[in-house]
Amino acid sequence: MNAPFRSAPQKAPRLSRRMFLRAGAAAGGGLFLSAKLPGIAQAAQAGAPAAPGPALNAYVRIATDGIVTIVAKNPECGQGIKTMLPMLIAEELDADWKDVRIVMADNDPVAYGRQVAGGSTSTPTNWDPLRRVGAAGRQMLIEAAAQTWNVPAAECATAPGLVRHTPTGRTLGYGALAEKAAKVPAPKLETVALKDPKTFRIIGKPVSNIDNPAIVTGKPSFGIDVTVPGMKYAVFQKCPVFYGRCMEANLDEIKAMPGIRDAFMIEGGKDLGGLSSGVAIIGDTWWHANTARQKLAVKWDEGAFAQDSTDGYAAKAAELMTQPPHMNIRTDGDADAALSRAAKVVEADYGYPFVSHQPLEPQNCTVRWSADGKLEIWAPTQLPEPGRQLVAKTLAVKPEDITIHMIRCGGGFGRRLSNDYMVEAAAISRQAGVPVKLLWSREDDMRHDMYRPGGYHRLKAGLDASGKIVAWKNHFVSFGADGKFISAAECAPTEFPARFVENYRLDASLIPTQVPTGPMRAPRSNALSFAFQSFVDELAHAAGKDPLEFQLALLGEPRIFGEKNTRDGYDSGRMATVLKTAAERAGWGKRQLPPGHALGIAHFFSHLGYFAEVVEASVDPSGQVKVHKVWAVGDVGSTIINPSGAENQVQGSVLDGIAQALGQKITFAEGRTQQANFGQYPLMRMASAPPVDVHFVLTDNPPTGLGEPALPPVIPALCNAIFKATGKRIRSLPIDPATLKTA
Amino acid sequence: MAYTLTINGKTHTVDVPENMPLLWVLRDVLDMKGAKFGCGAAFCGACTVHLDGNPVRSCQTPVSRVGGRKVTTIEGIGDTPIGAKVQAAWMEVDVMQCGYCQAGQIMSATALLQRTPKPTDAEIDQAMNGNICRCATYNRIRAAIKKAAGVATTEA
Repeated sequence: MNAPFRSAPQKAPRLSRRMFLRAGAAAGGGLFLSAKLPGIAQAAQAGAPAAPGPALNAYVRIATDGIVTIVAKNPECGQGIKTMLPMLIAEELDADWKDVRIVMADNDPVAYGRQVAGGSTSTPTNWDPLRRVGAAGRQMLIEAAAQTWNVPAAECATAPGLVRHTPTGRTLGYGALAEKAAKVPAPKLETVALKDPKTFRIIGKPVSNIDNPAIVTGKPSFGIDVTVPGMKYAVFQKCPVFYGRCMEANLDEIKAMPGIRDAFMIEGGKDLGGLSSGVAIIGDTWWHANTARQKLAVKWDEGAFAQDSTDGYAAKAAELMTQPPHMNIRTDGDADAALSRAAKVVEADYGYPFVSHQPLEPQNCTVRWSADGKLEIWAPTQLPEPGRQLVAKTLAVKPEDITIHMIRCGGGFGRRLSNDYMVEAAAISRQAGVPVKLLWSREDDMRHDMYRPGGYHRLKAGLDASGKIVAWKNHFVSFGADGKFISAAECAPTEFPARFVENYRLDASLIPTQVPTGPMRAPRSNALSFAFQSFVDELAHAAGKDPLEFQLALLGEPRIFGEKNTRDGYDSGRMATVLKTAAERAGWGKRQLPPGHALGIAHFFSHLGYFAEVVEASVDPSGQVKVHKVWAVGDVGSTIINPSGAENQVQGSVLDGIAQALGQKITFAEGRTQQANFGQYPLMRMASAPPVDVHFVLTDNPPTGLGEPALPPVIPALCNAIFKATGKRIRSLPIDPATLKTA
Repeated sequence: MAYTLTINGKTHTVDVPENMPLLWVLRDVLDMKGAKFGCGAAFCGACTVHLDGNPVRSCQTPVSRVGGRKVTTIEGIGDTPIGAKVQAAWMEVDVMQCGYCQAGQIMSATALLQRTPKPTDAEIDQAMNGNICRCATYNRIRAAIKKAAGVATTEA
């Protein structure tokens, strides 16, 4: 393999999977553990394709100098998994963390099973298996030492990086044992002994991001930094209207421009998650290619989609709200009857827009074809194997002829679960006949996202004389057709407060659209939380109750709905605890707030994590919202594997949610995305970022992921604080300062 | 056109169009990948480098306008005492999530501390507001700047 970067960014050499196996087979090359793992239930992976094959694999290498190389199996996109998963192995291996080197796996489902950065699934699905991989290695090292000393293995124990014969105090380092240990038959992973968590030395300690030194010194680290010999740079111009097709273009003029090597049309298909129609321009630098693009004149067939617009969707939603719903999603009791008996009825319409992922590293991919029709891909992707299958299918190549190197992603947020840029780069490189790095502009990235879908809710609830919710009814207008929601547009029948209100009804109607949509950080939850937790707050105020007390009363006694520790399961006790803890930490009801400041509270369960958040905010006379501080409390199980990474994820999720609420909106007109860059789509910035206090409640549940669940509660918590401060209820996102203006 | 650039103390001669932005000269001609492309329009600051110690957006700086000014990039900032301190603080605070913006953040933070050794929160806001961190590591960026400056961190 040619190194993807001209200068090696890693302390340890970057090894391709093939080199790795070759090195392992060589005598004296060190210990390799290749471990077949039992299949684990993947209940947490709804919305993703089924895993190919029943098993995971993990690999550990110990060199004779004691350096332990651990393969990180899942894509790294800022969630810290490249650091965290090897911690699990290193802990049970009893490796000394200072001797650990980490290499990123290539895409290799045979060796590693499902490799994905999505759905906050890496922690729950790897917590047990990867510790077993480490424990198996430790057992083999102990066995090797016992053989060397000719003593029973039971008399040996490990300390970081070495095995000790307890009765005599003799020790042997892992490096010295590696060769012998590699010949010990690997134990069955189900049978290996795991450590008592009380003895953990690595898990539970803050461990710094393994790539910090490379990043702070500007070493090539990301997909955009990949360089292969002879590589040229490509831009790809697609039709601004979704599904539009390229009919003709001034290719000769473009090809004659300085620094331009080639320009050609790509026919493309109809799947926007695959290869679209467009024009590729190949240049000596990306700037040459992108500059030539300014002169590109394309005749597009814009197609039927050019009729679609955000205003049209809003009008359709308003129309559907007046009509019988298309379908029922859940019915408990009789909501209409209960509403007619209710002491008080509250009605409100909530709406939220389409939003865009916008990782800071624009989509890119580097591809090199060999003369025999095989290809090598360097991709910042959250989901490499489906990318391989997409390229194989689209370009009629055998999957086994495609090698994908997973490169650190400059942010993911769900955008890189789609591999459209990968198949584009592969098609362009093949036609250009040279290795190509395709790089999208920011405008490409904003106009051709798989957006978080918008939605509309008509909510109606009844309170009895004591202020208890006795009925909850929702007509949800979302996007889709023929009874099927488009990606990330659905609402689960178990979404809170379903199961907590006796008379509950969730109906839905669908607006047809062809806008490409997909999961975005805390998919569904990031939008539903706003509508549902804001409306619960409305009901608290309507009932004349303190929102915290009202929320706790709604959660009721600790009990478990559905199956424990699944996405449809709900433990009201876990939620009540985080809610109370967040309120305590924020001084809810106890602290004297500065004039104009108010607190709002909300909670949400998503991706197996229980989070409650309190926002302190104020609104100035011009209607500008200022967030002063956020308290986030989460329960993600028994163990915070890497507290440093965990705190960072929660702070980032919270600030991400605030930025969405304060200003993010994607709109469409004439089938086009109207926003193109950060001037029209504001991301969070330093001056608007409040301090975020993060606290975890530890409970006797398996550890779960943190990429997502801290985001959903912050949006309603903010809106609830704004209501408390101003008496004005935010029912539409993003927050429009004009509606909050008082002077 | 041939241009002679002084980058991180070394002289480079490049033959490129006069309007080619410094960012792309660095990245695609000189193979220095530290400065990042984020927006191409000076909204995000991922491409920040120093010209004679002043932070500029290299995506908006044509190579012809660099002239004799000394270019410092993330690859060379560690050779300055303040840059080295900032890098160390970034690692100690463990600022990074995806890390993509952090080269630009470190360049802006170093420029801030070179001018204002003990910045207030308001000065940090002003100096850093042009650098977007999509992962929103702002709490830690602030903490790292204060650590590098040796000023007390206000409790969150």
